[in-house]
Amino acid sequence: MEIQDFIEKFAEQFDDTDVLEFTPKTVFKELDEWNSLIALSVIAMVDEEYAVTLKGDDIRNSATVEDLYTIVKGRL
Amino acid sequence: MAFLSIPHVSIRGVAACVPGNIEENIDLDVFKEGEAERVIAQTGIERKHIADEHTTTSDLCFRAADDLLNKLGWERESVQLLLFVSTTRDYISPQTSCILQDRLKLSEECITIDMPYGCPGWVIGLFDALSMMQSGQIKRTLLLCGDTPSKMMSPMDKETRPLFGDAGSATALEFDVNAPQMEFHIGTRGKDYESIITPAGGFRHRVTEESLKYVTYGEHLVRRAVDQSMDGMNVFAFGISVAPRSIHSLLEKYELDMNTVDYWLFHQANQYMIEKIRKKVKADKEKTPSILKDFGNVSNASIPLLIVCKCLEAYRTRSIESVACAFGTGLAWGTVHFRTDRIVCLPLIEYEG
Repeated sequence: MEIQDFIEKFAEQFDDTDVLEFTPKTVFKELDEWNSLIALSVIAMVDEEYAVTLKGDDIRNSATVEDLYTIVKGRL
Repeated sequence: MAFLSIPHVSIRGVAACVPGNIEENIDLDVFKEGEAERVIAQTGIERKHIADEHTTTSDLCFRAADDLLNKLGWERESVQLLLFVSTTRDYISPQTSCILQDRLKLSEECITIDMPYGCPGWVIGLFDALSMMQSGQIKRTLLLCGDTPSKMMSPMDKETRPLFGDAGSATALEFDVNAPQMEFHIGTRGKDYESIITPAGGFRHRVTEESLKYVTYGEHLVRRAVDQSMDGMNVFAFGISVAPRSIHSLLEKYELDMNTVDYWLFHQANQYMIEKIRKKVKADKEKTPSILKDFGNVSNASIPLLIVCKCLEAYRTRSIESVACAFGTGLAWGTVHFRTDRIVCLPLIEYEG
């Protein structure tokens, strides 16, 4: 699992935010488009792509995309 | 894994009852500009039926049961077991099923049991009823499943307000040596009990002055400790992982052919979630009905409501093979594979005061 691949899949959950805006250090909850429905899409994407179940606290306790990537990677 | 197959009991009839009053999600004041449209698009829920102040879950279940008994032509004294499955019972005590025994004019020899299960309640309640009936000593059972989530939740909590509606239901069960067996898979994940919880009002945390104060957890996230709270992300992640796994394992365990299933009856949580589950199960879209648009999540009444609203003619006129899967509060879940043969299905009943 590569972080670049994870970032692209993460970015696909957004409609209006340009994929180029996303880096490992992106604080995703500060993006204008971020909302609870995108959070569900991210949970579904991680379930489908990596067969990992994220919990609400995983999202709440992650600041950057990299934080979330580290959690997913740790459960593979 | 709790796999169980139970023979000798048939479903004879299903009825459901909803309050007449309707709440439109587009009109709710808990949303920011454009948010209502987004929530409706993703959840599929446009409106819900909401009980008035004087109507309880047991009133809705009573109407469904009373009409169903009349239509079936069952003598009231022939009902030997009444199960009332609800998280919104009339009183902390006594059991609501005792009150329903009297209202329905059932015999004093009738066994009555309350089961405070939420969303997984129809499948788990069906399993309990069948377990008690399979020896043949109990011939007829009423399984009443319902909830009025609107009374458990804060009207100022945008996490729950758009999702939940109120409904009651009745399922009639009869001992029958020729009935095909029903197969179940039941599971429990108590470590996540806080994902859907009403923290105060039970006996771990009694009602206090403090528990009646509204607390702000975020914008339009205002509730009291006596209101139900839900960690939507946890419940979503739980549902999309356990439901498909439970269904797959049941099909595999009993060597069932998914192509002969007529209906996939998924607990109606929200459209986004059941669509994810449907795709993972690889169930046909036409065989996976939804009532979310007009009723929302009606807790343990969602499967009987789905049958009467979307498949009434089919269940009435044909032999039907179904797989039902329900999940939620507990956290707990259950999947059942069952066959019915031309059962009594009442058209949706609307409750008037």
